[in-house]
Amino acid sequence: MTGEDTKHLPLEDLHSAAGARFGAFAGWSMPLTYPAGVMKEHLHTREHAGLFDISHMKLFEVGGPGAAALLNRACPLDAGAMEIAQSKYTFFLNEAAGVIDDLIVTRLGDGRFMVVANAGNAAEDERHLRALAADFDAKVEPLDRVFLAIQGPDAWAALSRAGIETGSLLFMHGVEPRQHWFMSRSGYTGEDGFEIGLPEADARDLVGKLLQDERVQWIGLAARDSLRLEAGLCLHGQDLTPEIDPASAALMWAIPKELRASGHFIGADALRSILERGPSQKRVGLKPDGRQPVRAGAALVDADGNAAGHVTSGGFGPSTGHPVAMGYVDNALAKPGNRLFAEVRGTRVPIDVTSLPFTPHRYRKG
Amino acid sequence: MANTYFTEDHEWLRVEGGVATVGITDYAQEQLGDLVFVELPEIGRKLAKGDTAVVVESVKAASDVYAPVDGEITEANTALSSDPSLVNSAATGDGWLWKMKLSNASQLDSLMDEAAYKAHIG
Repeated sequence: MTGEDTKHLPLEDLHSAAGARFGAFAGWSMPLTYPAGVMKEHLHTREHAGLFDISHMKLFEVGGPGAAALLNRACPLDAGAMEIAQSKYTFFLNEAAGVIDDLIVTRLGDGRFMVVANAGNAAEDERHLRALAADFDAKVEPLDRVFLAIQGPDAWAALSRAGIETGSLLFMHGVEPRQHWFMSRSGYTGEDGFEIGLPEADARDLVGKLLQDERVQWIGLAARDSLRLEAGLCLHGQDLTPEIDPASAALMWAIPKELRASGHFIGADALRSILERGPSQKRVGLKPDGRQPVRAGAALVDADGNAAGHVTSGGFGPSTGHPVAMGYVDNALAKPGNRLFAEVRGTRVPIDVTSLPFTPHRYRKG
Repeated sequence: MANTYFTEDHEWLRVEGGVATVGITDYAQEQLGDLVFVELPEIGRKLAKGDTAVVVESVKAASDVYAPVDGEITEANTALSSDPSLVNSAATGDGWLWKMKLSNASQLDSLMDEAAYKAHIG
């Protein structure tokens, strides 16, 4: 299951001790589930607080007088207009406006930004950003950190008990509360929560304190996936790829209006022409009828059997109590309530286009 | 008297009067995790050893369960339609998947007994 090149989490011993079952993801050996199992782990996160080891993800610090200009070129972002501590969901786009990766960028200071990138794209992201940085007065520094997420309604209280006050930090803001720490109020579950990058020794200390709190449990990658799917959040490599643009992905909310017209980010021209003619497919939520999950890769057809799109993520939603999916459908069919059919092992499962998310977001915005 | 057999694919068979009750082992349900759907077979369907009889779906993935021997489906565990988690909570009991009439009982000889299966999963 894990080859020689497989990367191991710095805290792997803690996961083993907690009884984790491991599996390969994006080149890493990751805890998929703990003894509680995906269903209980998922529900625990929505009810209390889930602790996730997301050290497979990569933190980059981008600094220097040209840091904002570099990010404005790499991302459809007005980095210079961001307030200090503000975070933005954004992308690296290619010239065709395809999504190389989706990211969170946080402004740490005048000329300092934190970029959080996906595990599977980290090496490519670094190459891409370094190549661009040559034209700007900016440095790209990959950080060696353990990266933890604590998510759920009790996350803030558990951190407080562990000695970390989060009070004034709002959703999509990030700060450096201690030396070599980065903490943002953000996540991948739809719940209130935090992501904390920190040195390994500090991480071991924090994990020890957090796990003494009965509200906190380790949560594996399987529940991380079901949580993000219910929350309608994209997984790069499935719901977003370098062949998919932000307009088709229904992610234009992440791109400021002025930039759509006048931005000089990579992919700007291609995105403008996509917006002018309208994307041919759109990302939508999909709710299968009945209890049978519809998985990534399933073809979608209309009532007459004509091709209508395909599923990019699908599984069972432990909180919704029914199967949930998302995928791309022809623009004309992308209306909530529209009934399509998914082809699953030779049968056609009725599946309805629905709005996202499946479970309401509960972010702390103010 | 019933005899219980095991396969390398982590299924169990309890054979009584030429009819086998088939399920997955406790080890298998642990590997799969929480089941959310079981696609049951049609009664009367004839299966050859190795054919997909049932598909069990966890939160994350779908997995095939194969016919361990040749035979004809005589019953499916319809309780699993409303509560697929029975496979997790009682894999070798109420979480059985289907019953089949054996058409070649000598195939049982190639299966494992409980001691051999325990050695197989280590």
